[in-house]
Amino acid sequence: MAQPGASESPPPAQAPHRGWTEHEVELLLGRLLQVGVAISAAVVLAGGAVYLVRHGGAGPHYGRFVGEPAELRSVTGILHAAAAGRGRAVIQLGLLLLIATPVARVAFSLFAFLRERDRAYVLITSFVLALLLVSLAGLGG
Amino acid sequence: MTILLFSLLVALGSFTAGLLGALTGLGGGVVIVPLLTLGFGIDFRYAVGASLVAVIATSSGAAAAYVREGYTNVRVGMLLEMATTVGALLGAYLAGVVATSALAIVFGLVLIYSAYASSRPGPERLVSTPDPLAQRLRLDDSFPSLTGEQAYHVQRVPLGFALMTAAGTLSGLLGIGSGAVKVLAMDQAMCLPFKVSTTTSNFMIGVTAAASAGVYLSRGYIDPGLAMPVVLGVLGGAMLGARILTRTRSTRLRTLFVLVILALGAEMIYNGATGRI
Repeated sequence: MAQPGASESPPPAQAPHRGWTEHEVELLLGRLLQVGVAISAAVVLAGGAVYLVRHGGAGPHYGRFVGEPAELRSVTGILHAAAAGRGRAVIQLGLLLLIATPVARVAFSLFAFLRERDRAYVLITSFVLALLLVSLAGLGG
Repeated sequence: MTILLFSLLVALGSFTAGLLGALTGLGGGVVIVPLLTLGFGIDFRYAVGASLVAVIATSSGAAAAYVREGYTNVRVGMLLEMATTVGALLGAYLAGVVATSALAIVFGLVLIYSAYASSRPGPERLVSTPDPLAQRLRLDDSFPSLTGEQAYHVQRVPLGFALMTAAGTLSGLLGIGSGAVKVLAMDQAMCLPFKVSTTTSNFMIGVTAAASAGVYLSRGYIDPGLAMPVVLGVLGGAMLGARILTRTRSTRLRTLFVLVILALGAEMIYNGATGRI
């Protein structure tokens, strides 16, 4: 592996990368984030249209906190209600995809570090991914 | 007011926040919660939930561009994400047990600090000697400067890590990106070049916010009807802002936005102290 700081010659130090170069990984990372945000925004927009058409004439009620119903607080609940075509659930599905976008980015980084056989960063990235999944697992039910 | 009109107004306000945030480089996330609570009388918890998902959207959108330009230090980002995600989970937990009036006061203080920090950026501190821990973690990198690729050495990793834990906690507690604290950790403590620290900070914000967003969603703080206009508005504003001003940043607009942030900070503290939030 490359020795940082020890600048002997021009950087063919990058050469022994297996598979992708660091720049290719960055390009793929960027593309992943872009696609994730675009898909989420489209789903939110579609759900928003349904919601506004059906309920646009009602009054908003955000002055007092009551919390969301159970079906909008868990992955399975959101999937069921969204499949039934409920606007608010489709928006929530879009938000769920948005939250999943950085998680997918970390999973991709783990994959990239595994390919590079960079053990320290495989551990670091696994730790972050595990924490994210634990947080989302709270939604499991 | 009907939901239709309400959604349009919230989307317009969020669009403006996203636009100003992108044009001034200060990020729009920090004004979303004051806009919703002070401007629309929305409960603090709903406001934080909506702000958190908007922060994920804008940071992921911007990160896509920055990563490809080669400024972002992915290793530094990954390492410090350990600190910010732990902090974010802690913050999300605390948000459930601390009174919202106390949270509003903390929010106000963070706003005032952000305004202060962005009006007086510290000097760029590049160090030419490598740090053993940073070397072992292979954090040193280079970035594209006007005179070609310029190498830099990362310093004081433990201090940066500790500051990032605090930044993550604030993010989970208040539903913001806490860019100001992140930049403090990376610019001043770890001696990263400006452009590297802002882009790496932005790169980490999405992951940090995602860690607490799971907790917020399962607690019922994220309302789709409110989050929809906020996310779409901020995202649209940020995209337009990035398009019309890629390099030059208007200093007058920046000063104006800093003053707005200061005023919002004072108002948040006042409303928290008098128990209105």
